Parts: sequence; C-alpha cells; structure tokens
Amino acid sequence: MIEVEDVYFSYPNNVEALKGVTLTIKEGEFVAIMGQNGAGKTTLVKHFNGLLKPSRGLVRIDNVETTKTSVAALAKNAGFVFQNPDHQLFSETVEEEIAFALKNFGFKKDIVKQRINWALNLLGLTQYRKTSPFLLSGGERKRVALASVLAWNPKTLILDEPTIGQDYRQKEKLRQFILQMQTQQKTVVIVTHDVEFVAECNPRVLLMKEGKIMADGKGTEILTNQEVLNQSSIVLPQIAQVFHKLSHFGLPKNIIDLYEAKNILLKTLEKRQ
Amino acid sequence: MPVIETKNLTYTYPGGKLPSIKDVSMKVEKGEFVLITGPSGCGKTTLCRCFNGLIPNFYQGEIKGEITVTGLNTSKKHTYEMAKHVGLVFQNPENQLFALSIEKDVAFGLENLGVDREKIRQRVDWALKQVGIYDIRERSPHEVSGGQQQRVAIASVLAMQPELIVLDEPTSFLDPLSAKKIFAVINELNTKLGITVVLVEHRLDLTAKYASRIIIMDQGKICLDGKPRKILNKEETRLLGVGIPKATLLHQELLENKLKLRNTTPLSSQELANFLEELLKTK
Amino acid sequence: MSVFDGLKFRKVYSPIHNLDPRMKFVYVIVVFVVAILFNQLLVLLALFFMPIPFVLLAGVQREWLRSLRGAVFLATFIFIINIATRFLGSGYVLTIIDVEEAIAMTVRFVVLVESFSVFFLTTSPDHLGLALEQTRVPYEFAFAFTTAVRFVPVLAEEAQTIMDAQKARGLELEKGGFLKRIRNYIPILIPLIVSAIRRSLELAEAMESRAWGATKNRTNLYELKFHRGDFLLLAINLIMLATAIYLRLQLHFGYVSIPTISQILF
Repeated sequence: MIEVEDVYFSYPNNVEALKGVTLTIKEGEFVAIMGQNGAGKTTLVKHFNGLLKPSRGLVRIDNVETTKTSVAALAKNAGFVFQNPDHQLFSETVEEEIAFALKNFGFKKDIVKQRINWALNLLGLTQYRKTSPFLLSGGERKRVALASVLAWNPKTLILDEPTIGQDYRQKEKLRQFILQMQTQQKTVVIVTHDVEFVAECNPRVLLMKEGKIMADGKGTEILTNQEVLNQSSIVLPQIAQVFHKLSHFGLPKNIIDLYEAKNILLKTLEKRQ
Repeated sequence: MPVIETKNLTYTYPGGKLPSIKDVSMKVEKGEFVLITGPSGCGKTTLCRCFNGLIPNFYQGEIKGEITVTGLNTSKKHTYEMAKHVGLVFQNPENQLFALSIEKDVAFGLENLGVDREKIRQRVDWALKQVGIYDIRERSPHEVSGGQQQRVAIASVLAMQPELIVLDEPTSFLDPLSAKKIFAVINELNTKLGITVVLVEHRLDLTAKYASRIIIMDQGKICLDGKPRKILNKEETRLLGVGIPKATLLHQELLENKLKLRNTTPLSSQELANFLEELLKTK
Repeated sequence: MSVFDGLKFRKVYSPIHNLDPRMKFVYVIVVFVVAILFNQLLVLLALFFMPIPFVLLAGVQREWLRSLRGAVFLATFIFIINIATRFLGSGYVLTIIDVEEAIAMTVRFVVLVESFSVFFLTTSPDHLGLALEQTRVPYEFAFAFTTAVRFVPVLAEEAQTIMDAQKARGLELEKGGFLKRIRNYIPILIPLIVSAIRRSLELAEAMESRAWGATKNRTNLYELKFHRGDFLLLAINLIMLATAIYLRLQLHFGYVSIPTISQILF
C-alpha cells in the first residue's frame, strides 16, 4: 500500500514540484497519473520508490516511512521503468542486462538464472538472450528495460510514459500485459498523457496540475469531465467526444468504451423506432 | 510534375542485412496532405530521410531504384540544396534546436544559405507568425514547452520556404492538446500556404481528417494507398495493426448491427456525431 | 544538478551586458597588460578597484563576489610562496617591503581573475558566439561553442535521470571499496555516452536538413554594432593603456617614482 500524506517537494533549484499531495494506492490497484508536462507526475512517482524523499509531509510504503529506509530496499518493492530505455541499458547482452538488478538485490545464482528465464519468456525476448541490447529496435529495447525490472518480481510496477513512440499493436500488448499483472494482484502505476490508451484500460485516474491533484476517480468519470481535462491540456477520448456532442438528445456523457457506446446507441435508436 | 516520385525505391543501411524499404513506388502531387502510417520499424522514418537526400548523402548505404523530389534527383544533390525545397521536422524537438534564442534557431537555415540579413529578418518574422510564436522569439528554445519547441522546429524549416514539408512523428512527446494544436498548424501550412505535406503519424484519430491520402507501410513496403475514408474502412488496415480512430470503429460496429446510418466512413468524432444526429432527429 | 545551474545564462539587460563583447575583451587585455607592466602595489590596488563600477552597473555583485571567493585559495597560495621565497632568499629576514611585494603579486593575480569574471558574468553565450563569428573565427568553432553551452545543462539533466534509473534497479553508488566505487559508475557512463552519441547523430541530421555548409559566406541574423557605450569603453581602454605606458616609461628613465604603501602610511 502506498500512502502519501500532504507531501511537498522542492528541487535544489527551489522549484516546488509538489504542493500538498495526499493519496492512497491500495495493493492490486491500477492507477494512471495524467496531467501536463511539469505538473509533477514524475516527481510524485519517484517518491514511491524512494528516489525522492518529501521536503514536507510523509510517504509510507507498506506502513514504513520512506525517509526511514534505503532507496535499494524501496526500489526492490516498487519497480520503476523509465520512459527512455536508453537511459538504463548498458550491458553486453540482454541476459546480463536483466541480471544487473537481480545481482544488486543479492539474489542467489540459481535464482538469478531462473528469474532471467522467466522474464525473457514473459516478454518474448528469449531469442535475444545473447544479443546486445543496443542492436535491438526501439520497441524491443523498451521490452528489455521492462524485463530487467520485472525480473525481481516487485510488488508495485511504475511505468513512466510507456506508450510514447509505440504503435497500436505494441500498445495493445502492453495493455494485455498490465491486465496480466493485475491478475497477479500487482499494483500498477502508469504516468502518461495518452488518453485513448487510458480510456481503453479504464483504470483509476489521478489528474495532476501544478503540483496538486486536481481530480481522482474512475477513468469513465475523469476522462469525460471536459472541464478538468481542459485545465490539464488533455482532450476527451474520441468516444466521449461523440457523446458530448449528442448529449442534448438525452444521451449520457460518461461513456469511453466502444462497446458500451455501441449498446447505448443501438438501444436508444431502437427505442425511438 | 509530382512533388515526390519514386520508382522501385529500395534502400539498405550500411551494415544492414535486409533492406529497410523495398520496392517503394509512389507519387505525391502538389498540394496534397499525405499521411504515412504503419507499425514501428515499417520503414516510415527511412522513407522520410530519402525525401530530402539524408539518404543516401548523409547515411550512405545502398540505394536502388529512382527518386525525384521537387524535380531533383536527391542522390545527385547535396542535402543543403534539397533543404531549400524540402523541410524535414523530426520527432524529438530537443535534438533539432541548437541556438540560444528562438529567432536565431529559425534563422539557422537561411544563415547557412547566405541570405541577406534584412531578408532573413523578414522571413524569420513571417515564419514565426505563421506558427504563432512571434511573441516568444527572443526566448531560449530550451525554456519553452515541448509544443512550442515543435513549433520552432516547424518555423525553422518554413523560413526556407520549401515546397514540401515532411514531418516524422512530430507530436509523440507532446500532450494531447499541444498535439492537436500542432496538427492544426500543419493543416494551415497545407491549406493556406499550399505547401505539400507528408506526415508520418500513429495517431490517426487526430490526423485522419486533415489527410487527402493515407499510405500504410509494413515491413518496408507500401501495403495500402488511397483516400482516408476508403483506407480506414478496409479490413486489411485493421489486420496490419493500425490504430483506427474510435469514431470510425464505432461507425463500423453500428453499421454491422444494421443501423441505418449514413454509409460514409467518419474521420472525426464531429462527423460521426453529425451522422448520428441525423438519425436521432428524424426518429 | 546545481553545479550546472551557473551555466544557464539568463538574459539580462544592463549597460554593461549590452556592450560589444569584443570591446569588453579588449578591456580585459588592457587590464592584463597594465597589471603585468607594474609591480607596485599602489597601481595594482587601483586596478583592483577599477571593475567595481562595472560590476555595480551590471548588477552582478553577488556572482562576482562568489567568483572572487573562488580565487581565495590560489591567492593565499601565491602569497605564501612569495613570502617564503623572499624570507628564505634574503637569509631569514623579512622586511615590510618584502611583505608589500608579496601582497602586490597576490593582488595582481586577483586583478586578472576579477577582470575575466566580469567579462564572463556580463557576456551571454550567444553574444560570445556571435563575437567569435564576427572576429573571423571559423564558424564551426563558434557553433561548437554555442552548442556546448546549449547542451551541457541537458546532458547534466540526462545524467541525473540515468542515475535515478540505475538506482531504481538497486545500484548503490556509495557501496564498496575505492575500485568498486569506480566500477559502480559504469552503468551510468555507458548509457550517458550512448545517449550523447544518439543525440549528436540526431543533431547532425537536423543540421544537414537545414542547409548546413551550403556556402562559405554564411550570413547572420544578428550583427554586433558599436554603440555609444562601446566608444566610451574604447576611450577608457585607450586612456588607460596610454597612461600606463607613459608612466612605465617615466619610471624606467627614473623621472618619477611611485611611492610604496608603507611610504605613504609611515
């Protein structure tokens, strides 16, 4: 469980990135943090694995305050996959890249091997085991970065802008993957401004603006609230756009799912017939 | 004369085993707005680099087939000669801006071409106004937002008054609202200034309505090429893994359920809403 | 990365900032020459106080003091060496003249530091790049300079991100002995270098696409022009140089002498 209580955070150059954030993320939840660049999204999630410690207020992970424990211990609990895989890949082979964190966390040799195999398999990278990560395509490098974090099986998974530069098929795979993590009771936190992706996943949405949480709720509720979205430079998902334009016919506004949209439209039009 | 014409264009990067684009034959006429899409690694970016001669001049490698852009043979011209005719805008705004003020960045190309100072000033101001960043011209490009940075990048090629502007996923780092605004700016270049536009993009929901044509690539080849409404409605498009706009998908679903909806593929939420409104009103 | 914050030059307008960087550089050279011509403390002290009006006009007193503080260590070192050599050289005696000369040497060093710091504190990197271009330094060099200024903060930020990414994978930089600690930096250095190479390739591509190298007669949006202030500084430079040379010649032929501070005081 992640508990954030009235957290303020300032960078050394005195930029105040968080201004009183309070929230709780329960185990097994799927949360999307959205908002404009500079709203404080990445700063907030860096508190979840101890990379940053609050200037004021407190963050508790499983009832332990982050200021009272090491980054390494926190990182083991919450795996953080950065936006750009090139910011972390450095090994000669994919296998060694995945082994890096496992060794840092002091896993035993046979377990390291086992975990590597598991992670390679999970992300369909087994064929690249001995390949240099630098020779892989952008999408594949992203998967290696993900595998290297997933390998130690953290309880919480934080993904920073996982859909940037990804095509539709890759996004669909990512969505399936997150659903799979969900069935294993893992907490998944994504930082993104990809509205259509979030609309398809329909997780809990946290909308941030200028270091504060502006809205918090179900995807269907937040992503169909034009007023708060506008303030965060986010546009309505396309399905919601259609329903907003038709709302004067008595149609509901809070629709983001394609099939729900279809059913409602069919029902309404059939009734009228 | 077409702005772009390729015949069986095939290209392999130096050290590459397989060609990145294979037998690409296409024509783009003056004033068109062509949207190129397809899964990652399908050769879109490589094709963009061919359009202004970065391939083969900068990248070397092996090129086969024919390509002429604005009537020039790109392999025989220096990239700087092509720059006068073709503007290329890249994905990452950070790595294509290098000056310490926005206007200086926009002037960069003209300075390289040795244009007179007064003329540079005129064209820079014009380009800045076209994309709506004239007021911030003296600021440093790295202290403005990503959306504004990408406008600087567009202005910097616009200042050279090219006949063709090629944009390679210009909004992948931007938030949705900034992206929407950038696409509107690009559309204006096409409709108001008559510049031919080639846009490489995954997000069809924001761009399909502007395009006069969509080309879909896969594994280095052109698979589909045609009018947006036709392309988006094809089963093949969906099978290729292209992200079809939700409004278009919803329209398809409704038609399949025998709803007497107008049988034109909608390209935007507005269009679909209009079609539905017709239905809701009559009944 | 507060270390690199100093490199992010913020646009400031002041009479001093607006001066032509070339003229300011001439000023630095003149101060340099004068400081070398004289070893009398009185003259050097005059030189020491000379930049103060400039600093006040430019409004950079805080930064200027900081740069002087940076010079304290070396200045102390120079002073001690001077005292020591004089003390040992003259058979373990130290006169007041010796002390004064040692102080003069130290002040000379400080004068050089402060005039340079005034120059860099009041000259924006793009101004400097422009000055380089217009003094016929090859454009590639001037471009490399401004690009470096532009990208150092970006790379610093990138280094921070990479460090975070590796820490998130359990890397502990402070762990282990000396050699282990050095090895700890490999997972940071490699991505940093790889990213820098990727970045430079993208930059090169963007430059090529914007007609880099089209003509040798490159033009420039901005032009450095001499304004009233620059002529004033030119006059100050000339007067300073002429007076210094005249005085130095007079001294040389023994027509005048400059009193030492001890003579004035006692």
